[in-house]
Amino acid sequence: MTKIVLSLSLVALLAGCSSSGTWGWYVIDPTTKSGWINITFLVSGMWNTILISVIAAAISIVVGLIVALPGQSSKRGWRIVNRVYVELVRSIPLLPMLFWVFYGLPIIFKSMGMNVPIDPFWGAIITLAISDSAFTAEIYRSGIQSIARGQREAAQTVGLNYFQTMRYVIMPQAIRRILPPLANQFIYIVKMSAFASVIGMQELTRRANELVVTEYRPLEIYSLLIVEYLILVLIISAGVRWLERRMGSDERQ
Amino acid sequence: MAQAAIELVNVNKWFGDFHVLKDISLTVGTGEKVVICGPSGSGKSTVVRCINRLEEHQNGTINLDGVELTNDPKSIASIQGEVGMVFQQFNLFPHLSVLDNLMLGPMKARGLSRSAAEEKARFYLERVRIPDQADKKPAQLSGGQQQRVAIARSLCMEPKVLLFDEPTSALDPEMISEVLDVMVELAHEGMTMVVVTHEMGFAHKVADKMIFMDEGEIVEHGTPEQFFASPKTERCRTFLSQILKH
Ligand SMILES: Nc1ncnc2c1ncn2[C@@H]1O[C@H](COP(=O)(O)OP(=O)(O)OP(=O)(O)O)[C@@H](O)[C@H]1O
Ligand SMILES: [Mg+2]
Repeated sequence: MTKIVLSLSLVALLAGCSSSGTWGWYVIDPTTKSGWINITFLVSGMWNTILISVIAAAISIVVGLIVALPGQSSKRGWRIVNRVYVELVRSIPLLPMLFWVFYGLPIIFKSMGMNVPIDPFWGAIITLAISDSAFTAEIYRSGIQSIARGQREAAQTVGLNYFQTMRYVIMPQAIRRILPPLANQFIYIVKMSAFASVIGMQELTRRANELVVTEYRPLEIYSLLIVEYLILVLIISAGVRWLERRMGSDERQ
Repeated sequence: MAQAAIELVNVNKWFGDFHVLKDISLTVGTGEKVVICGPSGSGKSTVVRCINRLEEHQNGTINLDGVELTNDPKSIASIQGEVGMVFQQFNLFPHLSVLDNLMLGPMKARGLSRSAAEEKARFYLERVRIPDQADKKPAQLSGGQQQRVAIARSLCMEPKVLLFDEPTSALDPEMISEVLDVMVELAHEGMTMVVVTHEMGFAHKVADKMIFMDEGEIVEHGTPEQFFASPKTERCRTFLSQILKH
């Protein structure tokens, strides 16, 4: 698979070197001064992409758990709260939610007498975190549900309360079912973080867009952009697979 | 008469439309051993699970040591860990060692120190005759050993009452007696016990009172002598002849 991709990109690269004029790799030719400057400009967006993704994922992991717990309650009202949140958030496309958070939320804050400016950085993080938390909550739910009911009952009969039961009995067992899909979900966040470019967040996609406007070389620049995401995602995927193997081998012992 | 350890008065319970417990009344004195038997689906587990609040009954009253079970947090807190339960499927915590299984409740629910909890855990492991398995994971033990660990785990909470729901049904035949022996010992030491079982030998040996349930009702109750020698109802006779056949 990787071989095919590599040889294909090699063919495309060579085609670009010919004089046909379709490709103009000079824009990102590391051997020239201007090409090198362009490359560093593009790649420097990587830091923000990673930063907003990591912070959003961290928030989503916490919010997702807070949303998932009432879903396990025996009280109908609590379960409804969980369902409404998950269904609602899951149904909202990311881009409209981003606009709502970035342009709309400050107005709500203002109407409540609070002056909370939302910059592109936090606008992107809040949106990604909320959007992802619905999926995170579902991951927790299936992980928790995979633990037999008898475990909770046994914990109750030795006097543990709800939080002790979660903390000492359910979560330690559920975690191996939760962690791999949670890590997988991080790939979703990294890819969706590209939307942050439209509210002016200086991350990978925004940098590429800005360079395209000045250099008129969309094909080369967006090709590099895709490769940048590809590398990022492949690294995370390798991490997820490692985690899955570790969790799996734990289970067998 | 001393206060009853467990008292059920006209307890009714429904699962949706299904009337699973019908006017169940039952008194278990302190130190008494009650054995419940009956066909599958008759509501035996549900009765036991109502006593330790794993299920809620809809009407009637259940008193434990004179305290009524309600949704009041105070009532719930007062039975926390006071009613031990041994399950058919053991329900040991698979991620914890045997010792940690026993120490979890005493440490977290009772606030015991680690060393005090460990001392207690080792004491009860000795009682169920598996002191040398303390550091193993439950999955490394045989079924009979696992069930004895489960009994020890309940005992570590020093409960006022111990409930058993078919504790030997999931065991291979050769392991049944090692669990029953432990239960007989407990009975002789004066533990208040409610045992759902079809082990009639055990019932004969320890029961003060036999209960026969069918279709959510207590159809018959009495001393083991009356119960086995002259069951009053046809349903009970049929049931006994079926289980005594094998
Ligand atoms: N959570 C539940 N929801 C709906 N019905 C239930 C539930 N739990 C039990 N039942 C039903 O209630 C009836 C009594 O169940 P229970 O488990 O108390 O019977 P049992 O006498 O213990 O039977 P067994 O010998 O098979 O364990 C059964 O018909 C069962 O299908
Ligand atoms: Mg049962």
